[in-house]
Amino acid sequence: MRIGVLASQGAFAEHIAILRQLEVEALPVRLLQGLRGLDGLIIPGGESTSISRLMLAYNLVTEIRELAKNGLPIFGTCAGMILLANKISDLDAEPIGVMDITVRRNAFGRQTDSFETELKIPVLGEKPFPGIFIRAPLIEQAGSEVEILARLANGTDVAAKQGKLLACAFHPELTNDLRFHQYFLDIVSGRQ
Amino acid sequence: MERGTWKVKAGLAQMLKGGVIMDVVTPEHAKIAQEAGACAVMALERVPADIRAAGGVARMADPTVIEAIMKAVSIPVMAKCRIGHFVEAQALEALGVDYLDESEVLTPADESHHIWKHDFKVPFVCGCRDLGEALRRIGEGAAMIRTKGEAGTGNIVEAVRHMRAVMGGIRQLVSTPQEELMAQAKEIGAPFELVAEIHNTGKLPVVNFAAGGVATPADAALMMQLGADGVFVGSGIFKSSNPEVMAKAIVKATTHFQDPEIIAEVSKKLGEAMPGLDIKQIPTEELLAPRGW
Repeated sequence: MRIGVLASQGAFAEHIAILRQLEVEALPVRLLQGLRGLDGLIIPGGESTSISRLMLAYNLVTEIRELAKNGLPIFGTCAGMILLANKISDLDAEPIGVMDITVRRNAFGRQTDSFETELKIPVLGEKPFPGIFIRAPLIEQAGSEVEILARLANGTDVAAKQGKLLACAFHPELTNDLRFHQYFLDIVSGRQ
Repeated sequence: MERGTWKVKAGLAQMLKGGVIMDVVTPEHAKIAQEAGACAVMALERVPADIRAAGGVARMADPTVIEAIMKAVSIPVMAKCRIGHFVEAQALEALGVDYLDESEVLTPADESHHIWKHDFKVPFVCGCRDLGEALRRIGEGAAMIRTKGEAGTGNIVEAVRHMRAVMGGIRQLVSTPQEELMAQAKEIGAPFELVAEIHNTGKLPVVNFAAGGVATPADAALMMQLGADGVFVGSGIFKSSNPEVMAKAIVKATTHFQDPEIIAEVSKKLGEAMPGLDIKQIPTEELLAPRGW
């Protein structure tokens, strides 16, 4: 199994390290040719405007959109979720826009409002998942084909799945908990 | 729900990796930086080259300048406080800036003690010239490190010296036998626990950016190839003849630092880079890097 990790900017090395722990071939993707022959793609956390500028400059946006429409599994965390959403408040950039969700950037405030909390994520089992929210976005609205996977105690939606597309507002790549990445690999291999 | 934890402080720096943090002095600069793909901006009243030229005591910026920049962009906004000036730090935290730089570019307020950074919810980045200095700052609570270089010179030589010293220090600790680690900790003046951690992991526990002298796309890529996680560009953008073009080029070079064809391409037609200074021509008492310890 070959998983690409978009490496334009952000915490791509952390995703690659987790994929390698799960014994999967993981490759950084910066240019078009890196998108060939992948079984799945991860778009990491980082600065969404920065990542989107670099994706546009090297023609990655249209290509990833096409790959998603043709069924390539994609997992976006934080900035990655923003770029997958088809509606984003306050982003003056062209997103990939393949998930039927409306996302608000920096929805919890500035860095001093960043937080950690335990999340109940039923598809990952009983044990709570460590949620690390850093200048995090949230899901304001989701279409009928979207399954919400995680909610904060106040009812805010923070993780979603639509077909083979997966997105979360927090950072599984900053934890030692491999379950979210394993869940994505199960989508890639067709077990989910 | 817990705010201001070590994980969210160090984690924001992880999100900045592979990116360029640009010094800006106006909301217009900040918008140019964001449009070019900067991953954050450093809000200042004057860029280091102008601070150097002005002389006198350099202090934290006027909060109205910082607030105007915070309003202008959606990317993280950093600000600088003086070394040891924990009240400037408290004030900047109260403004809601996303990261604080306890910076040698401003005139130190305390020549013996840096800020105890664990007490703050806002994360700190601090400068270093070698591994010992980096680990002292991390021990005090810095959630991100940068090389000091020599700010405002447009000369990369000091940043290279400091990055090589940090990376070389790490390589040395990895190959140091366990029973010699305590002596090494004493030698480099670093907390033993952090020395032992690096011996085991082979890397710093926080993100390390390059700073102080980056003036071209090739400079940025050089620092990345030497092991930086990203770069700060101070005067290098808005003291160049075409800031928009220079900013975009440095962003691309930082992402594609291992791709010489892209470095060559983005280095074309940049106009004039900022004027550079020979470090040897600067009087010793005017050097910024020796500030702090």
